[in-house]
Amino acid sequence: MHPILKLVSQRIALGLLLLVSSSAMIFGLTEALPGDAAQAVLGQSATPEALENLRREMGLDRPALVRYVEWLGGIVQGDLGTSITNRLDIATSIGSRLSNTLFLAFWAAVVSVPLAIFLGLLAVRYQNRWPDKAISGVTLATISIPEFLIGYVLVYFLAVQMGWFSPLALINDTMTLGEKLHSIALPVAVLTMVVLAHMMRMTRAAILNVMQSAYIETAELKGLSSFDVIRKHAFPNAIAPIVTVVMLNLAYLVVGVVVVEVVFVYPGMGQFLVDAVVKRDVPVVLACGVIFAAIYISLNLAADVVSILANPRLRHPK
Amino acid sequence: MFRYMPVSAMIGLTLTGLYFLAAIFAPLIAPYGMAQVVGDVWEPSSREHLLGTDNIGRDLLTRMIYGGRTTIFIATMATILSFVTGSILGFLAAVLGGWADQVLSRMVDLLMAIPSLILALVVLAVLPVTVTTLIVVMGLLDATRVFRLARAVAVDINVMDYVEAAKLRGEGRGWIIFREILPNALSPLVAELGLRFIFMVLFISTLSFLGLGVQPPLADWGGIVKENKDGIIYGIGAALYPAIAIATLAISVNLVADWVLNRTTSLKGGRG
Repeated sequence: MHPILKLVSQRIALGLLLLVSSSAMIFGLTEALPGDAAQAVLGQSATPEALENLRREMGLDRPALVRYVEWLGGIVQGDLGTSITNRLDIATSIGSRLSNTLFLAFWAAVVSVPLAIFLGLLAVRYQNRWPDKAISGVTLATISIPEFLIGYVLVYFLAVQMGWFSPLALINDTMTLGEKLHSIALPVAVLTMVVLAHMMRMTRAAILNVMQSAYIETAELKGLSSFDVIRKHAFPNAIAPIVTVVMLNLAYLVVGVVVVEVVFVYPGMGQFLVDAVVKRDVPVVLACGVIFAAIYISLNLAADVVSILANPRLRHPK
Repeated sequence: MFRYMPVSAMIGLTLTGLYFLAAIFAPLIAPYGMAQVVGDVWEPSSREHLLGTDNIGRDLLTRMIYGGRTTIFIATMATILSFVTGSILGFLAAVLGGWADQVLSRMVDLLMAIPSLILALVVLAVLPVTVTTLIVVMGLLDATRVFRLARAVAVDINVMDYVEAAKLRGEGRGWIIFREILPNALSPLVAELGLRFIFMVLFISTLSFLGLGVQPPLADWGGIVKENKDGIIYGIGAALYPAIAIATLAISVNLVADWVLNRTTSLKGGRG
C-alpha cells in the first residue's frame, strides 16, 4: 500500500474511533449524572412509583450498555429517536434545521476565509507598521467580546438605527437565494468577525514563521519585490498551517452558530439544541450533541489529512 | 517589578483591579438593592439612574455592579478549579509516566474532541442549573487545556538535573511535584491564567445569555443581555452595557497577561 494512503487511512480510522468514543461519552455523561429523562419529564417532586412507570415505558429500566448500542445503531441508520416533549421524530425535525445551519456556516466561511488570508498577508507585508497594528487591535477587540454581544451591537446600529437589515434572520423555502442572503447578512457578519481574528492571526504567524527561512532571504537578496516574495515563496510553504487553521475555524464556526442562531432567532440546529436543553429533552440533546461533535471531529480530521498531504515532512513519523 | 511596566499593562492592571474591587464591594457601592424595582420600565439615564432602568424597572447600574460580582465570582472560582485540577493531574501524568499518563492524556483528548459549549449544554440538560454546578462543569471542562499545558511544561522540567537529584536523594512524589516542578512551572501557568479567566467570563456570559447559566433574580452580565434584549428593537441600548463591561475587562486582563508572558519569556529559566 502506498505510504500516504496508509497514513491517511490510519488517521481516518483513528477519527472514527474518536467519533464512537465521543458518542459513548456524551451518552455516558447523561447516564452517570444524577437525574434522567424520566426525572426531567416529571420534575423533582415526582413520586418514586410514577418515575418507575415512566422509566419502564421509556425503556430506561434496561441496562445502559444495551440502550447505548441500540441508540448508536439507530443513529447509524438515520433514526435519532423521538423527542420526549412533543413525541415527534427527531430526524425529521433536525433535517431542515441542519441544512439551515450549514447554509449559514457555509456563507460565513465563504466571506471569512478569503478575507482572513488577505488581511493576514497585509499584516505581514506591513509588519509592525500601522496596518498591522490596526488589524491586531481590532482582532483583540473581537476576541474579547462574546459573539452574542457582537450580534446585538450590529443589530442595534445596522438594523434598528439604520434600518438596513431585519433584526431577525427568519428564512423559509419560498424565499429566493438573494432574499435569504439578505436576511442572513447580519449573522454571517457576526460569525465572520468571530473567526476572522483567530484565522488572521494564525495566517500572519504561519507566514512570518516561513519568512524567517533562508530561502526567503535568498529571494529577497535576488531582488524580488516583497509581494512577490510572499506570493511565490512564502505562501506555498505556509499553505499547510493556513489550511489547518481554516479547518479548525470552520469547526469553531459550527459551535459559534449555536449562540448566533439564538440571537437572530434563526431556525437552525443551535436554536433547537438550546431549546431542548431548556426543556430537558434528553434524546434531542443527545442527537444534536452527537451531530455537532461529528461535524467538529470530521473537520478536525480533514485538517489533519490536508496537512499531511500538503507537508511531506509530516509523512514520516519520527 | 513594577518599574519597567509598560503603560498598556498599567492600564490593564488598574482596570482589572477596579473591576475586582467593584465586585467585592458591590453591596457598598451599588446605589440600590439588587432586585429592587425603583422606576418605570427602560427609563433613559438620569441623575437618579445613571444607566437608566432595565426591563422591569430595576436600576441598571446596580444590576451591572451586582452582575459583575456574580460573573467575576463564578469565573474566578471556575478558573481556580480548572487550574488546581488541571495542573495537579498534568504534573502527575508527567511524573508518573507510563499507563497513568496514557489514560489521563487520552481522556483529555476525548474531552477536547468535542467543543466545550456543546459538552456543557449536554451536561446542563441533566444537571440542575445552580452556581455550584456551573462552576464545577466549567472548571472541569477547562481543566483539559490547563492539563495539556501543565503536562507539557512538567515533562520538560522532570528531566532537569535538580529533579534527578531530588529523586536520587529519595524525595517522595509530593515533594517532586510541589517543591521541584511547581515553582518552575509557575510562570507559564500564570500567563495562561489570564487567558483562561477571560474564557470563563465569556463562557458564563454565553451560558447565562442562553438561559442556562445564572438564574434570575440573581444578576450577571450575560443575564442582563438576555433580560433586556427585547428593548433593542425599540432602540433601547440597555443590553449593550454588558458588552462594554465584558470587553473592557477582557482587554485589560489580556494586556496584563501579555505583559506577564513577555516578562516570563525574556527571563527564560528564571523565577519570573
